[in-house]
Amino acid sequence: MENISNPKETLITLIDIHKNYTRGSETIDVLKGVNLSICKGDFAAFMGPSGSGKTTLLNLLGGLDVPSKGQILIENEDIARMPEKKLTDWRARHVGFIFQLYNLIPVMTAFQNVELPLLLTRLSKKERRRHVETALAIVGLADRMSHYPRQLSGGQEQRVAIARAIVTDPTFLLCDEPTGDLDRKSANEILDLLTRLVNEHEKTVLMVTHDPLAANQAKVRFHLEKGELAHFDGGAA
Amino acid sequence: MKYLPLLIANIGRKKMRSVLTVGSFAVALFLFGLLGVIHLAFNQGVEVAGVDRLIVRNKTSLIMPLPVSYKEKLKQIDGISSVTFATWFGGVYKDPKNFFPQFAIDVPTWRAMYPEFVVNDQEWKNFEQDRQGCIVGRKILDRFGWKVGDRIPIQATIYRGLWDFTIRGVYDGKREADDTTQFWFHFNYLNERTPFQKDYAGWYTVKVENPDIAPRTIQVIDGRFANSPFETTTETEKEFMAGFVKQFGNIKLIILIVGSVVMFTLLLITGSNMSLSIRERTNEIAVLKAMGFGSPLIFSLILAESVGYAVTGGIVGLLLCKLFTLGGDPTHGLLPVFVLENQTAFLGVGVSVAVGLVSGFVPAFLAMRLNIVDALRRI
Ligand SMILES: Nc1ncnc2c1ncn2[C@@H]1O[C@H](COP(=O)(O)OP(=O)(O)OP(=O)(O)O)[C@@H](O)[C@H]1O
Ligand SMILES: [Mg+2]
Repeated sequence: MENISNPKETLITLIDIHKNYTRGSETIDVLKGVNLSICKGDFAAFMGPSGSGKTTLLNLLGGLDVPSKGQILIENEDIARMPEKKLTDWRARHVGFIFQLYNLIPVMTAFQNVELPLLLTRLSKKERRRHVETALAIVGLADRMSHYPRQLSGGQEQRVAIARAIVTDPTFLLCDEPTGDLDRKSANEILDLLTRLVNEHEKTVLMVTHDPLAANQAKVRFHLEKGELAHFDGGAA
Repeated sequence: MKYLPLLIANIGRKKMRSVLTVGSFAVALFLFGLLGVIHLAFNQGVEVAGVDRLIVRNKTSLIMPLPVSYKEKLKQIDGISSVTFATWFGGVYKDPKNFFPQFAIDVPTWRAMYPEFVVNDQEWKNFEQDRQGCIVGRKILDRFGWKVGDRIPIQATIYRGLWDFTIRGVYDGKREADDTTQFWFHFNYLNERTPFQKDYAGWYTVKVENPDIAPRTIQVIDGRFANSPFETTTETEKEFMAGFVKQFGNIKLIILIVGSVVMFTLLLITGSNMSLSIRERTNEIAVLKAMGFGSPLIFSLILAESVGYAVTGGIVGLLLCKLFTLGGDPTHGLLPVFVLENQTAFLGVGVSVAVGLVSGFVPAFLAMRLNIVDALRRI
């Protein structure tokens, strides 16, 4: 948050990424040689038909899965070749995940949910509290700290999830259809929040969406079709 | 420690199920405690037996006597430091249901032989001076509401007539497991009133100078009286008591079987509850892993949860068992002791932890191995 980064500095580079799944004797090529480059401070949207491999791509970027072939360079580290244990620690430091269905822990309060990733750090209880309060304030839920997910609206739940994703100040955020389950008004609030994170807090956000309005809020847009990626320059399509 | 809220939240997730899981542990460990109590009741004689004491009895049968003259002969054997003897009276106090053992004891030598039984000096002196006096254990004193000075009529069964004794004192056990249901009176009084069976003792107890020489001393004693009209069988007090317990059948085996069945059932219940609750949480576990919770941490958290149920339930069950034993012996004194020993309770906690670990292992392992991508797809 503190360093003023050069907006042209490349953060993520994908080189010839392939991903295939083998089901029995059949092999499905989900990603067929994807090349991609994302800069620090980008807000990128990925669109494409269902089954085109968007989630698969996001999982690879987040180090949840490994490609069958290719390199994933993030800050010049190839995460495609990291051993599992190292990758787990890498995720904790660098990635904030935001899911379509929020995936909060229902039996924990908003505060406790947001605190979860901080448990993996060396921060003291007091420091953790400060970070959680800051994150919840950024998403505008400072007054809902002790609420349980079921006591919140869908939009609020997603904002808690965003607070959880940003609380460790990760290198980038990965959002898989973050507004997919929300009404228009809540969706816009979430999109405004993501835009604000990019503009005011210099976050890098990668978002998969089916919603053209959501994609329009992003600075760069990509289209994925049959495992191949096409770049859309600022709404040229 | 910082993961405690996560653990507590998970335990509080399905309250009914958690209560039932904890409840299963409580019931099982209550039963475990009770089995321990019963085992102790039958085995207390074995457990508290003096390691330096031997029992000398008639080789033919325990109910056959030995001459009183053996006292002097035993004393002369090398390695024996003291000798006492007693006879089983087998009388009835008012009703056969009121069973407790009565021993006619050799008063001058008895007290030194059993330092674990404590009698006030003055009371012992009063007892020595009254040939019809008796000393009773605390437990039967309480059971029948007697007090020192009371006259206790005992109907003889092996001998003849109604015998009157005056309580001159009470003995207590130094340990919880010591038997305080015995009733002691003067051997000399018995000997006087039974001229047809004069100068015969039921059995001898001898103390050896140190436990290491017990095996050799046993051989010497039995050798000394071999080929006499009254041949002997000598055993350590522990063996003697164990032989006594065997008369009731293999109590230990029964307890082991019942205990194992209970623990196995508990394992199945907890194991399936844990698996169920982990399966419901697949998605959350995947999210935690995505966040950077490593596999060993996930494994430990789930194991800790399982052990959490186990220890909570186990402690509740054992405390209830302790309370139950403090409430008194439901057989009203038929069992010589009715206590939950600390070591049994600790063993119970250990067993709980073990069951918790075993039943949590498979779910914890599966959660650890959970593939994040697959789990997140399966919403
Ligand atoms: N574990 C797997 N085994 C086999 N096939 C898989 C597996 N995971 C994904 N796929 C296949 O990969 C393809 C791409 O899936 P992916 O979830 O990335 O699509 P998507 O673009 O995110 O679709 P949607 O818009 O519906 O979320 C699909 O055809 C899917 O069936
Ligand atoms: Mg998808």
